[in-house]
Amino acid sequence: MSNEQLATTPGDVKKTPATSDSGERRYLIPRIDVLEDESGITLLADLPGVPRESLELKVEGDALLVEGVVTTPMAQELQSVYAEVRVPRYRRTFTLSRELDASRIEANLKDGVLNLRIPKQEHAKPRRVEVRAG
Amino acid sequence: MFESMFSFPGAFAGDFQRLREEFDELFGGYGTPGGIRSVAPGSFPALNIGNTPRSLEIYAFAPGIDPSKVEVTIDRGVLTIAGERASMLPPANDRKVSVYSRERASGRFQRAVSLPEDADPAQVQANYRDGVLHISVARRDAPVPTRIAIQ
Repeated sequence: MSNEQLATTPGDVKKTPATSDSGERRYLIPRIDVLEDESGITLLADLPGVPRESLELKVEGDALLVEGVVTTPMAQELQSVYAEVRVPRYRRTFTLSRELDASRIEANLKDGVLNLRIPKQEHAKPRRVEVRAG
Repeated sequence: MFESMFSFPGAFAGDFQRLREEFDELFGGYGTPGGIRSVAPGSFPALNIGNTPRSLEIYAFAPGIDPSKVEVTIDRGVLTIAGERASMLPPANDRKVSVYSRERASGRFQRAVSLPEDADPAQVQANYRDGVLHISVARRDAPVPTRIAIQ
């Protein structure tokens, strides 16, 4: 069985971070949680092995790109015998909706978990509409 | 050097036959005998294991855990990593927060690795950094081959 076949075995998209082709490079798709409350969206992403300096966040138009490189230091003369994480890069893109304010995104990376806070535009926050009798 | 962790050399070390079988089972080689401690694909934490001439290196990709609450134990040649990952999702009855994607694992986890015979359970180091738990198990010195005289 070649490495290529191993890495593309189907059926693990939900359970394991699946690999995807993006040009020539292969990436893992990080697992995420997405929560929304009145004032914005919180995105949590698992990026184990990625320190702050190897994390890249980019907003282009309405696209948010999260990309990170695993830079865990490895022992000298290491020979791999078993690997479940087979690609040292993560990448995932999201389409932001218009009511989100991409210019005020806050990001925090701790112990391999990225916590992104994307606030809503002021005018997009829910407002109660008064129904007047008359 | 790092890339070597993610690609396989031609042959597996003999010590790791069992791991190889686990691997086959994980990635679709059904029909070959699976390891007794094999787990379903995508189990938390993901493990990468490598050999050096002097040690066995285990990398557990376990983001967002409290390292003080992780237990690493070795019992009769089986190394076990167990712990709990707290959920960061709001309680189910919280109506102010909607949850869309829910892919990250939470709750108790446990994984086990059979160590090779020359692993020294007295010399183990573990550290946690950027969400990766790295466990290094030293190998005992290779015994010097001895010549047996024929009487």
